[in-house]
This record gives sequence, C-alpha cells and structure tokens, in this order.
Amino acid sequence: MSASVLAGQGIAKSFGPVQVLFGVDFAVRAGEVHALVGENGAGKSTLMKILGGYQPASAGTILVDGKPVSLRDSEIAERLGIVMIHQEFNLAETMTVAENIFLGREIVRHCFIDREAMRRASVKVLAELECVVDSDARISELSVSEKQMVEIAKAVSRDVRVLIMDEPTAVLTGAETEVLFRLIRRLRSQGVGVVYISHKLNEVKAISDRVTVLRDGRFIATEATAAVTPDDIARLMVGRDMSDMYPLHHLPPDDAPVVLAVDGLTVPGWVERASFELRRGEILGFAGLIGAGRTELMEGVVGLRSRSAGQVTAGNGRSIRSYDDAIAAGVAYLTEDRKKRGLLVDKPLTPNLTLLALGRYGKIFIDLAAERAATAKAIDTYQIKAGDIDMKVSSLSGGNQQKLLLAKTMQVEPKILIVDEPTRGIDVGTKHQIYLFLDEFAQGGGSVIVISSEMPELIGLAHRVVVMREGRVTGTLAGAEIDETNIVRYATGLSGVGADA
Amino acid sequence: MPDTSHAANRASSARRRADFKALGPFIALAALIVLGAVVNPVFLTPGNLINVLTRTAFTGVIAIGGTFIITTGGIDLSVGALAAFVSGVMIIVMNALTPEGLPPLMVVLLGTLTVMVIGALAGLVNGLLITRGRIEPFIVTLGTMGIFRSLVTYLADGGTLSLNSQIRSFYRPVYYSGVLGITYPIIVFALVSVIGAIVLYRTRYGRYVTATGANEEVARYSAIHVDRIKLAAYALQGLCVGLAVFLYVPRLGSASATTGLGWELEAIAAVIIGGTLMKGGSGRIWGTVSGAIILASIDNILNLTGAISVYLNSAIQGCIIIVAVLVQRDAKSRP
Repeated sequence: MSASVLAGQGIAKSFGPVQVLFGVDFAVRAGEVHALVGENGAGKSTLMKILGGYQPASAGTILVDGKPVSLRDSEIAERLGIVMIHQEFNLAETMTVAENIFLGREIVRHCFIDREAMRRASVKVLAELECVVDSDARISELSVSEKQMVEIAKAVSRDVRVLIMDEPTAVLTGAETEVLFRLIRRLRSQGVGVVYISHKLNEVKAISDRVTVLRDGRFIATEATAAVTPDDIARLMVGRDMSDMYPLHHLPPDDAPVVLAVDGLTVPGWVERASFELRRGEILGFAGLIGAGRTELMEGVVGLRSRSAGQVTAGNGRSIRSYDDAIAAGVAYLTEDRKKRGLLVDKPLTPNLTLLALGRYGKIFIDLAAERAATAKAIDTYQIKAGDIDMKVSSLSGGNQQKLLLAKTMQVEPKILIVDEPTRGIDVGTKHQIYLFLDEFAQGGGSVIVISSEMPELIGLAHRVVVMREGRVTGTLAGAEIDETNIVRYATGLSGVGADA
Repeated sequence: MPDTSHAANRASSARRRADFKALGPFIALAALIVLGAVVNPVFLTPGNLINVLTRTAFTGVIAIGGTFIITTGGIDLSVGALAAFVSGVMIIVMNALTPEGLPPLMVVLLGTLTVMVIGALAGLVNGLLITRGRIEPFIVTLGTMGIFRSLVTYLADGGTLSLNSQIRSFYRPVYYSGVLGITYPIIVFALVSVIGAIVLYRTRYGRYVTATGANEEVARYSAIHVDRIKLAAYALQGLCVGLAVFLYVPRLGSASATTGLGWELEAIAAVIIGGTLMKGGSGRIWGTVSGAIILASIDNILNLTGAISVYLNSAIQGCIIIVAVLVQRDAKSRP
C-alpha cells in the first residue's frame, strides 16, 4: 500500500458565518482511483477546490507527500502536480488543441513560439492517451468528450500526480464513458492518483478503488469500493434506507383517454417521423443515448423547435403548432438545462417563478403583491429551501433550483407535464421528492412525459417507456418488459425498428 | 436552526451591498451638487438649475429609451443621427405647410406627428434588422447612424435647414417657457421618466424586457416572444428620439449635419452611469435620470468655475463613466 500523495487533515471551511466543511479527512494515494460521493451541498466540490488550490481552507492541513504545504493558488498546486478538471472546461475555444495543451507555457525558440515543437509534443501526449484528437483542430470543433480528453492531455503534459475530476461523465454517452474509464485506468497504472467526484454510483463502483462519503460537510466513511455495494454507498450518503426511493406504480385505467397524440413528427437534423401517444394519468418515459433526439423531439412537440413534418394534437382535438398553443392546451415543458434555459440565475425567486405565467398576474400591470404571495406559497408547497425570499436563484442549491423550476412550470397549471432530465445533478432527497410529485400529479389526472438518462429512474417511475435511437422511435416497452437490458437493446440498435442485426 | 439565520444574514448583507450600489448614482449626483454649490454659489440659483435641467432633457429623454434597449442586451448608436435627420424632416415639413395657410398650431402638430412617426419607423427598421436580420445591434445601428447622418446632410445640402420665422416664434415657447417657472422640456423629461419607470418596473412588458436581457434563451423557454419585445424596445427608442426632437427644434429653429452630434454617446453614458448593466438584464430608470443630470452638471460647473478648461469637459465625463463602472462592478467578477 503506497503512501498518500495528497491529503487533507481536519479541513474546515466557512463562507462568512456559514460553515460548509467540518474537519474532513481525505487522502489520495499514488496509483489509485478515489471516488468522492455525497449529496448536493455535502461539500465535495468545496473540498476539492481547497485541495486544488482554488480556495483557502478555514482550518486544517494539506499534505503533499506527507509534508504540509500551503496551496495559495491553483498555480502552486499545479506545480506540485495537482490538477483539477472542472465541469465547465477551461479551454480557449478558438485556439487549437496543441495551443491549449501548452497554454501559458508555450515552447519558445528565439523569442518566437515554436509551433512545430508544440505540435510534436501534443501529438505524443495524445498518442500516449490513445486519443484520436487532431492536435491542429480547434477546440470549438470538438465534441464534449474530446474536449475532456484535451483537458486530461493538458494535465498529463504537466506531469500530473493527482488528477481531480468533477463529475466527468455528466455530459458523456455510455461509449464515451468507456473511453474515459480506459484513460483513467491507464493514468492509474502510471501511478497517478485520481479523485473522481460523481453522482453515478454504478460508475463509482466500476472505476474506483476506494470511496469516501461526505454528508452535510462531514466525513462519513472511506471504504474499499470492492467491499461495498452501490446501495451501501447510497445509504451512507443519505443516512437512511433507499428502498422506498420510487413511488408504487399507479397505472392509469385501460380506457384512459389519449391526451396528446404525436404523429410523424420530424425535427430537421434531429428527429425523423416520431409518433407516440400519451394517455391521461400516464407516466411515459423516454429513454435513449445522449444525442438520440429526445430533447429535440419534445421541444418540437411543444413548438420550441421548428418541425418540417408531422402533427401534434392535444386531447381536445386542437393542433399544437407553437409554444403558445402548447401552453394554452395545458402542455408545459421543463427544460433539461435549468441554468441556461430554465431560470434567470441572477434574479430573485419571484420573477423566475412567475415568468412563464406572468399573464396570470395582470394583463398589463403586474400585481406585485400577488406575485410575492405566490412565491411564499411555492416555497412552502415545493419545500424550496431559500434563506431569504429576495435572494438570487444562483445562491440556491441545485436541488432547490430544480424545485423552483418545477414550481415555475406548474404556474401555468398544465394538464401535461413534459420533464426533461428532471433530477440531473440534484441530491437523492430532492430526487425522491420530485418522483413523489410526478406520481401524485399523474394520479390527480395529469399526464407526465419524463426524459431521463438514468435508467433506474425510468424503470422506477414510468408506466411505459419509449426508446429512441438516432432520432427515431425504435420501440415502446410496457410492464415487465421495462428493464435495463431491453432499454439498452433498443437504445443501441440491437432490437427494434432499424435494428442493426 | 442557526444555519438558516446565518444564510438570511448573509443574504441581507448582500442586499445591503446591492442597495448601496443602486444608490451610487444618486450619491454621486448629491456630491456633485454640493461641489457645484461650493465652487460657485450661482450653481444653486433656480435660474441656473432650470437651465441645466432643460439642457438635460433631450439626451435624458433619449436615455430613457436607451435604458430599455440596453436592458434587452442591445445598443442603439443611431439616436444622435436620427435626431438630426428627423429635425431636418420636421423643419422641411413645417416650412412646406406654412404657405398653405394653415394656422401655426396645426403646422406644429403636423410636424410633431411626422417626427414621432418617422422616429418610431426608424426604430422599427433598426429592430427588424436586428431581430429578423439576425445582425448585431452594434453593427445595425452603426450602419443606420451613418445613413441618418448622411441623409440630414443631404437634406440640408451640406448647410443648415432653418425654420420659417413665423412658425418659429409660435413654436419657441415649447423650449423656453413652462409652468411655474419649470420649462416644458423638464416637465416632459419628468413625465417620460415616470412612465419609463412604471413600464419597466410594473408592467409585463418591462419584466419581459429585463428577462430577455438577462437570458434570452430562458425568456424564449418561458413563452416570451423575444423578437417582439426587442422590436418594441427599438420602436420606443425611436419615439423617444422623436419626442426629444420636438423639444429641441424650437431651441435653435435649425438643423444641420452637426445637430445631435454625440447624443448617442451621452445617452449611453447616462444609462451606464445610472447603473444599468451593459450586458443587459438589469435596468435602472432613475439611475439613468441622475446619470443624465450628472453629465449636464459637470459641463455647467466647469463653465461656472473657470479653474479647469471647458475643453476638458469630455475628459472629465469620460473619467466619471469609467469610475461609475468600476464602482458598480460586481465584487465576484474581479480576478
């Protein structure tokens, strides 16, 4: 067992009067993948920012190779071989891969940048990592997973000893995740210590050697991954049993009327002749790989994206052509991208809550008092934890932002709720709350379409599951057919319409 | 639970900081008034104050429209040139109507109507190019700025267009007189400001303007017709220019290639000094009002002291704009 390369002892952190970390111990050894898990707000990112030199600790010691060090900024940390890859990449979009890899430490010969030497060195690093990325390509031309590889190559070219990755697979498809895992294993075999922050416990199980659990800013446990199951980890994270995570299926009656019919919908470049029906009281899941066109299909259904063919008909027989039509027909869409499309993060709760339904607060003049009352009511109904009704949305946790987005969408009192990745990046407790909410909504006569990339979620929640692949609906699963194997077969083209076999 | 109260404390102290920032332009204006009074007692005489405020009115009215544009995340560089162009058109129209034997009131009303319609149409053109044409507002209005400026030069044939003296003497009081000593331009500026504040802060349209500038995608996903909101903002800006011209033409009774030169920069400066965010999403009408008054006061105070050359007026205004942005910059965005 090798010694720790990087360790934090008794790390505490306060932002003003609010303490977010309480004497946490964490250590990563050379040649291990150490997963760090915990609910949102458990303090994972803060801990890693402290160990990566991005934030100072309020108390505690940081040790590199057993010796106390002071990581005043991330540059000092990088010089010691500690590199953090953020969720939002730190790449210059308009520059080439090679230029990015050497950004800030360009190879210079006679006062001029030696492009050729930089290109050779980049090609070498990329080859070592088995990356098929062209070193002359511009970052803006790369896919998300390729960008991530460039980040890793950048780190490796700097003699990385500890690589900290914050939710690296949040934006990757299954196949891309496999490539990343091969890369991580290669780094591990070269003696790099990898810290892996993730919400996906199956991945943690698959890739890590040890796992450390944080809860509410406190250290809970460090375990050998082989000795625990994903359920064990989840229990440590939430401090309670997770067997009641999903509500029981309340299937709609067989004669429940169709409330939304989509026929041959084509969204140019994304969706090809997709058809499906939604019945009253139903929770209809949409599965597929990232890029299968599920989001684009739903945005086409509600009129947020232009379509070139197809019909969308609401239960009353009225056709839906624009988002206004959709809202009028009681169809509301909750976006997967809550920060870019869902909420005005620099604004307080109230204008966010009422933005979609502002017409209900006055035709010309806004009834400010009614708006505030609605916010107070939403905070109560949706259990939004906000320190202050006037605080900015950006200072809410991810889970509370999601609850606010749900409340905003519900302001138009929809009959049909289309939710896109409703639990992305939020903690287990809030997920459970959202599942219960959707179930109650459906039981109360509403209908739900849920797009999710988390299969347990679809299986636990949906009455039927439509699977998409490359813009086409490849199959619909119901009842006992809904399991991971079937979904994967349809999603990857092994079964269903247009199957490869 | 101690945590909640801490969070509340933190939030309320953040709000206090924000409040202080919002007060910045008003504090600066108060300081400037004190400075002016110390430097020369004439500054605080009613006659001088009325004079300063009357001169503020043109760019002030334009800046109220500019506050809406900038709050949507756009910009309109064409307002100064548009003011010159519609001034020219107004004079030509009124001069042409005079020999027809219409009463002067009718002539001025028709002239004003022309100005408002052309102003709004010009704004609509800007707005259409920006929304339908998908061109950056900076580029569109840079282009129309050149076009309007060139058109007024063409209409004046490189010289000056002068208003018929009979109409002029009838029209003069619009600039020079008022009610209870307060000139009409000041009254109009005050009315436009009040209406602007009500529209921006209390109406759905104002909320949509703010949402569009804060995050256009979020606005679109909230069923807001972003293009219509922007289009209306540019049309409103055109109307404001028309109104400013209505107040301005009786002052000199003429229009030339140099009419309204630099008004666009003064209006934008007033908006920015007032605390409206350049990137959009947060507009402050009363900030803009004090920004406009600050700019006019500096000019006036320099004239009254003689200690600093009047030629340095623009340099001082430039410093104030930069300081205003430095002060208002979010602590977070500092590197």
